[in-house]
Amino acid sequence: MKITLFIPCFIDELAPSVGISMVRIFEKLGHTVRFDESVVCCGQPAFNTGCWKEARDVAVRVVDRLKNAEVIVIPSGSCGAMIRAFYQELFEGHPKQAAALMLAQKTFEFSEFLVDCLGVTDLGSRFPAKVTFHDGCHGLRELRVKQQPRELLKHVRELTLVEMEDQTTCCGFGGAFAVKFPMISTAMGEVKCGSALQTDADFLVSNDSSCLLHLQGLLSRKKEKLKTIHLAEILASF
Amino acid sequence: MSSSFENEFRASATKLTADLRHRALIRTSLKGYEKNRDEKRAGFQSWELARQAAAEAKWEAVNHLDKYLLEFVDNLNKRGSKVFWASTAEDARNYILNLAREKKARTIVKSKTMTSEEIHLNAALAGAGYEVVESDLGEYIVQLRGEAPYHLVFPAMHLTRKEISYLFHEKLGTPETNNPEELTMIARRQMRMKYCQADLGISGANFAVAETGMISITENEGNARLTTSLPKIHVALLGIEKVLPKLSDLALFLPMLAIAGTGQQLTCYNSLMGGPRQPDEVDGPEEFHVVLLDNRRTQILADAEQRDALHCIRCGACLNVCPIFRNVGGQTYGTTYQGPIGSVITPHLRGLEDWKHLSSASSLCGACSEICPVKIELHHHLLHNRRNAAKLDVGRLDRIASGAFAFLVNHPKIFAMAARLARFLQPVHRTVSGSKIDPLLAWTRSREVPVIAKKSFRQYWKSRQK
Amino acid sequence: MSQREEIIGRIKEALRFKAHRPGHVQASSYGARTGATPREWLPLVPGDHEGQVEAFARNCRELRTRFFRVGGLSDVKDNLLELKNAEDWKLIASHHAPMPDAILPSIGLPVVFTDNRPTTQEIERADVGITLCDALVAQTGSILLTARSAGGRALSVLPPHHVVIARESQLLPDLPAAFELLQKTYGNDYPSLITFITGPSRTGDIERILVLGAHGPRSLTVFLLPDEK
Repeated sequence: MKITLFIPCFIDELAPSVGISMVRIFEKLGHTVRFDESVVCCGQPAFNTGCWKEARDVAVRVVDRLKNAEVIVIPSGSCGAMIRAFYQELFEGHPKQAAALMLAQKTFEFSEFLVDCLGVTDLGSRFPAKVTFHDGCHGLRELRVKQQPRELLKHVRELTLVEMEDQTTCCGFGGAFAVKFPMISTAMGEVKCGSALQTDADFLVSNDSSCLLHLQGLLSRKKEKLKTIHLAEILASF
Repeated sequence: MSSSFENEFRASATKLTADLRHRALIRTSLKGYEKNRDEKRAGFQSWELARQAAAEAKWEAVNHLDKYLLEFVDNLNKRGSKVFWASTAEDARNYILNLAREKKARTIVKSKTMTSEEIHLNAALAGAGYEVVESDLGEYIVQLRGEAPYHLVFPAMHLTRKEISYLFHEKLGTPETNNPEELTMIARRQMRMKYCQADLGISGANFAVAETGMISITENEGNARLTTSLPKIHVALLGIEKVLPKLSDLALFLPMLAIAGTGQQLTCYNSLMGGPRQPDEVDGPEEFHVVLLDNRRTQILADAEQRDALHCIRCGACLNVCPIFRNVGGQTYGTTYQGPIGSVITPHLRGLEDWKHLSSASSLCGACSEICPVKIELHHHLLHNRRNAAKLDVGRLDRIASGAFAFLVNHPKIFAMAARLARFLQPVHRTVSGSKIDPLLAWTRSREVPVIAKKSFRQYWKSRQK
Repeated sequence: MSQREEIIGRIKEALRFKAHRPGHVQASSYGARTGATPREWLPLVPGDHEGQVEAFARNCRELRTRFFRVGGLSDVKDNLLELKNAEDWKLIASHHAPMPDAILPSIGLPVVFTDNRPTTQEIERADVGITLCDALVAQTGSILLTARSAGGRALSVLPPHHVVIARESQLLPDLPAAFELLQKTYGNDYPSLITFITGPSRTGDIERILVLGAHGPRSLTVFLLPDEK
């Protein structure tokens, strides 16, 4: 299969190892990996601020550039949700609406793609550590990704998964919300970090790096030993 | 440009989010509710199908609102009830004030109704010299404290028993006690006398059944039953959107309201009232008045995109599940209706310009839409409000930022250059990080900044191609 | 133009624009079928009478409603005598109906009958209110009664203890059945008050801790008797 990776801006610059892990995983499975350097962002930041015209300027480009892709995989539930769940609204009444819907149908979040599309749950990975999993809201509620990451982690050798309390409560990142209402964002993040720390895990894992950047920022400030890591990075440990 | 309401919101949010005692209290008090709610939901053969059916029943009612309202009123009139149509809050207040004056009322007893908060009825009645007693325990408590209700279903959930005990001691002269049962008995004894004395009872309504011309009131304490049974005059105040088409719809709505609202299969009392006492009845009010309130609900109705916000059954489930609500508390919103539903409808009821910030103060996690028993697209409406607000003010910071952002990401080479430049400047930023001159202070006040990678993914990819 | 006409006018104007159907955005793979009733989604109830009695009893235990399934009126009388001593009753309130009329004289206490239109204060002084009902609902442990069938509005809510006497055939499986019964029994002539009582009165307003006996009765007792031969 020719798999086109959609690497969102923040992963490109702040967590490239997530993208690199995905490349290694798909190549191990024998697929050809594609990447279109001209696609940087799904348009969600502008969309969430209510600037839908600007969001469409970005989204139209995404729709055009990726229209010939066989399948698109994103290592982020929130970007995946933007394309799969919110493009429908953004493009309502727009000439590219049909094209946007077609793109949505072949766009997947990373863990759901592995498990639901490729039928793969065991990559031969090994990661000796105790981990706890944070469900990014958009992936959880818009894409219904919940079991897939857990299926994958189950097959990682020497890894123990401990579920935290309030695992489905938002971490407080929310994009621009994190800096527009930092006091609320921080409080929400503190609650989530508290739940994660209670599990005594070594690593806090998620399928959404945006959540992890926010949580890691809080954990580092408090000089906590708990480290954040993306699911792809664990799975690429083979 | 932020309104004064936004500034107040931010100030209150800053205070409450740092209040760890408040955070813990709310968390503990909601844990029991969550467990019960999930248990009772699981008892349904299909909660999801029930949600869809409830959503469809409300869609039917709201999208044919004129038809069902007229049917409701027609049936009410047939049995001797009086109906008053109130376009505005002032109309509703004046009707009730005139009624109180006409009937020479002295003591007025009220059961819980958010609609009366909305129209500021208590202040108007008190201002006209009437003694108004809130009979619901939570409302009674916040009334004594002179503050706004914290939550639309649990008005006093932010208070500890110690604070309530002190309040009763101070205002009623009762001995202090740490026992919730004793505190409840104090309120019960106070109320007994008032119920028996009251000339006028004011209630709200959870539903208005068009088919049979009845209002339906859901409660646990029994105060609404007493408020609507003992005084000679009963006035029910409700929003026009409360209409349900059929009596049998209640078989679905009563349990769903209870489960989502309080985690109970059914609340203690679910009462239907369709008229004043009938000739063959031994007691009951001599007059039954129904005040139907518009107060800009027709404006929400006219916004077809957000019309389903009128499906709301005021269960409070979206508040309970919202992490923003839990951290800033109900009083921070500064509105009659708090939480996600409050953030959605307040711009329509009080103006978008002044209240758009509530729609921005959300991470859009979607937990509200997921729990809503009538499937209101709450978090989508927050986005709609943001979009409508952005259209209001063209030269705004957000539009400029979004425009710049769109330009940047649509020009990947420029984006890549900007990112490399940012990486170069990071060590410089570190020297001012967290200080007053830090441009990223909104982030760095509480969080470390992520380090921009030495080699970006696109650089890695490029080098792979070679 | 009257307020009514103004408001209806605004509604009609607003409804000219069509709104999306529910489930439009959220995955609507769950489409509720037309003609389906709440019975299909509400909790399951056993189909047989004994199973329903058991369900009602279980709900009562959870709600702290005292439930007694007895053989006849004399059992009710015995139970009431015990309660009278345990709770130190001095005054009973009730309404005239074959069952209360048959047993109340042997309790040995003065009775205020709401048929005589007593004052609120008189009912308030009673230690217990004894009523019949329209139905019991197994699914939820509820008692359905009206101002017409249960001696008015205040009788079942003012006294601190509410006692209900019901017949086996009055036990209905679920809420939809209860509403069907209401429509069948009363047709176009409903009592002005209909109420579902589900447990003794309670509040969670103080730290969300459950306290029984807020404003309504603190105790609720239900006697279930076999049908009359």
